[in-house]
Amino acid sequence: MLLVKNLKCYYGRIVAIKGVSMSVRKGELISLIGANGSGKSTFLQAICGLIPGLEGEITFEDVSLKGLDPPAIVQKGISMVPEGRLVFAPLTTLDNLKLGAYTIYRKKLHKYVKKDLEMVMELFPILRKRAYQQAGTLSGGEQQMLAIGRALMARPRLLVLDEPSMGLAPLLVEKILETLVMLRNKGLTILLVEQNARAALKISDRGYVLETGKIVLQGASSDLLADVEVKRAYLGKDYAEFYEGRA
Amino acid sequence: MQEILQYIFSGITNGAIYAIIAVGFSLLYNSTEIINFAHGEFVMIGALSLVTLWGSFHLPLPLAFVLTIVVVSGTGLLFERFAIRTVKKPDHIVLVIITVGASIFLRGIAMLIWGKDAYSIPPFSSNPPIDIAGARLLIQSIWIIVISLLSVVALYFFYNKTLTGKAIRACAINKKAAWLTGIPSGKMVMLSFVLSIGMGAVAGLIIAPITMCSYDMGTMLGLKGFCAAMLGGLGSLWGALIGGFILGILEAMGVGFVSSSLKDAIAFVLLLLILFIRPGGIIQSKDVQRF
Ligand SMILES: Nc1ncnc2c1ncn2[C@@H]1O[C@H](COP(=O)(O)OP(=O)(O)O)[C@@H](O)[C@H]1O
Ligand SMILES: [Mg+2]
Repeated sequence: MLLVKNLKCYYGRIVAIKGVSMSVRKGELISLIGANGSGKSTFLQAICGLIPGLEGEITFEDVSLKGLDPPAIVQKGISMVPEGRLVFAPLTTLDNLKLGAYTIYRKKLHKYVKKDLEMVMELFPILRKRAYQQAGTLSGGEQQMLAIGRALMARPRLLVLDEPSMGLAPLLVEKILETLVMLRNKGLTILLVEQNARAALKISDRGYVLETGKIVLQGASSDLLADVEVKRAYLGKDYAEFYEGRA
Repeated sequence: MQEILQYIFSGITNGAIYAIIAVGFSLLYNSTEIINFAHGEFVMIGALSLVTLWGSFHLPLPLAFVLTIVVVSGTGLLFERFAIRTVKKPDHIVLVIITVGASIFLRGIAMLIWGKDAYSIPPFSSNPPIDIAGARLLIQSIWIIVISLLSVVALYFFYNKTLTGKAIRACAINKKAAWLTGIPSGKMVMLSFVLSIGMGAVAGLIIAPITMCSYDMGTMLGLKGFCAAMLGGLGSLWGALIGGFILGILEAMGVGFVSSSLKDAIAFVLLLLILFIRPGGIIQSKDVQRF
């Protein structure tokens, strides 16, 4: 479904992604893990059209995404839940969700919006309670749910998430990841970027490990999880961060 | 007492005009962080277009209104499309300087079209002034106040109740997030220009009957509107409204009680004061309460 070939991204003269190839098949839940600064966000932004002047190929459902801007890519069926959630803080929860459906409204498919709103509120019942509250007043976990809900409102076929667990309590992380599994089981294809490697690998089908802009390991998530190298390099750190209160 | 009332009437009238010019500055600043120093020229084009369409061509007033707004907003569209969007490295400071250049350019064009003469047109309706406690309130003043308040209320509804309005706000709040949500931020910027400049056109329309209209009328009006926007809090809709009325009333008082030579100085003294005392303006616009 998503095919990336030899992708290279630059920030000025810095090479942030140094030739990454990967694929996501329909219905898969793929995790992309790596330490802070390894290039995970850059990679996702490249897919979503935020990185100008990238090299290599990105195709989605056999159509090249090169040169498209983010709104065009949303229309093609890829929605991103950005790092740090980026909800529209002064607007209400409901308005945030409706704006998520901007492309749907513009296609004159208003009838879907109501149905999708209902679907999102079933998924995250707390959002119904917060519907008329400013998004900025929501807790971190609620904002993450809202960000996911907003992305879903565009009716994506591929959902990409950038560190949805960041800054959330373990219980909430679990809740969010459970939701992702549920969405996958309903047929949504998901690309999950996480620093929280253990949690991501536990729920995904396959994983890629990114290190300073290169993929250093890939395979079935269960294999990766068992892989000692990964354990040493990332999971240990994961636990350290966990206890320091990051994860 | 009667005198004070008279000054207040004239202050509110001018204030309504400053307010609506200030609203134009504010709403563009809100979505783009650009201060458009050509804004006053669009007010001028609005006024002179009405002079031509209504005064010379004798089109029905409503039609002349609509045409003027279309003409001015259209000019604004071209301005955004060709002077702003084509800039390779769009730093704010570069764009602001471009607007200064555009103001000189537009003034020149207007001089070519309308010459250096000053024109005047009659009020929208020819009813006699109303007498309130001995002070005279011109019917045109009522037109001005009503139209500018209606415009602000309409804008408020647009930004708070329509999807497009909310989308513009979303872009102003976080452009990247809005983009990723599927909102075409380029179009939203264009729309902000058109709306802002459309407000300038409205200001030009309502002011035309109470002033002498000429190619160089826009500069001072623009600066006054800018002062009003700063006074109220740049970026805030209600702030612009409050700032406009305060400026208008203080100006009228200053002219009435001190000297008419003071008129233009008051705006700038106020601007300096607000920058010293409360740089964010009366309504300090945080991200949370801009609109
Ligand atoms: N806007 C930017 N300008 C310059 N360098 C950047 C920018 N964003 C990220 N980088 C650099 O690119 C590398 C990858 O960053 P990023 O993709 O954010 O990693 P991750 O999401 O895995 O933490 C880092 O070395 C970072 O310093
Ligand atoms: Mg990141």
